[in-house]
Amino acid sequence: MARIAGVDLPSGKRIEIALTYIFGIGRSRSRKVLLDTGFDRNRKTKDLTEDEVLKLRDYIEKNFKVEGELRTEVSLNLKRLMDIGCYRGLRHRRGLPVRGQRTSTNARTRKGKKQAIGGKRK
Amino acid sequence: MSRSLKKGPYIDKKLYKKVLKMISEGSKRPIKTWSRSSTIIPDMIGLTLNVYNGKVFIPVFISEALVGHKLGEFSPTRTFRSHSGTKKGKGK
Repeated sequence: MARIAGVDLPSGKRIEIALTYIFGIGRSRSRKVLLDTGFDRNRKTKDLTEDEVLKLRDYIEKNFKVEGELRTEVSLNLKRLMDIGCYRGLRHRRGLPVRGQRTSTNARTRKGKKQAIGGKRK
Repeated sequence: MSRSLKKGPYIDKKLYKKVLKMISEGSKRPIKTWSRSSTIIPDMIGLTLNVYNGKVFIPVFISEALVGHKLGEFSPTRTFRSHSGTKKGKGK
């Protein structure tokens, strides 16, 4: 079982896809990692030797901020916005869209599931 | 898209002049401004700017963390009154 940055990689998948299970690595980063370290991206994760896994791990740790560290950075960024009391911070606080989208309809990703508003009955 | 670096940050010329004047005088009187689109520059740190939101001037004390933002970001133009049936507001 290959472990990189504290995440177990699914052994049955191609390494290109398996790397994307790490928070902070998507398809393009995954590709870049494999290209720079000279891997065939079609190989299955389970076929990698310990040394190869180590090589990947080193490369990723050296070059990218992933998992916990990245999550901390993101939440610090949010906290900063909220603390200085700017518009974007206010929107984050309220759980509303930050980038000027409409909120009359839609915006369900930020606002969460619809809440029914009780209509008046006679 | 972000602004071209060549141009430097946007700041209203008159406001900039006032800021410089305030610094040279060393006074801390708030500056009234309508220029919400001006970028907050390091020179302004320590000053208080009264930023117009279309109705009243909102005092904004410029600290280091605010540098790089625009003045208008700190002077909301809309008031949100909560809905009647809101059970719990998300956050404060």
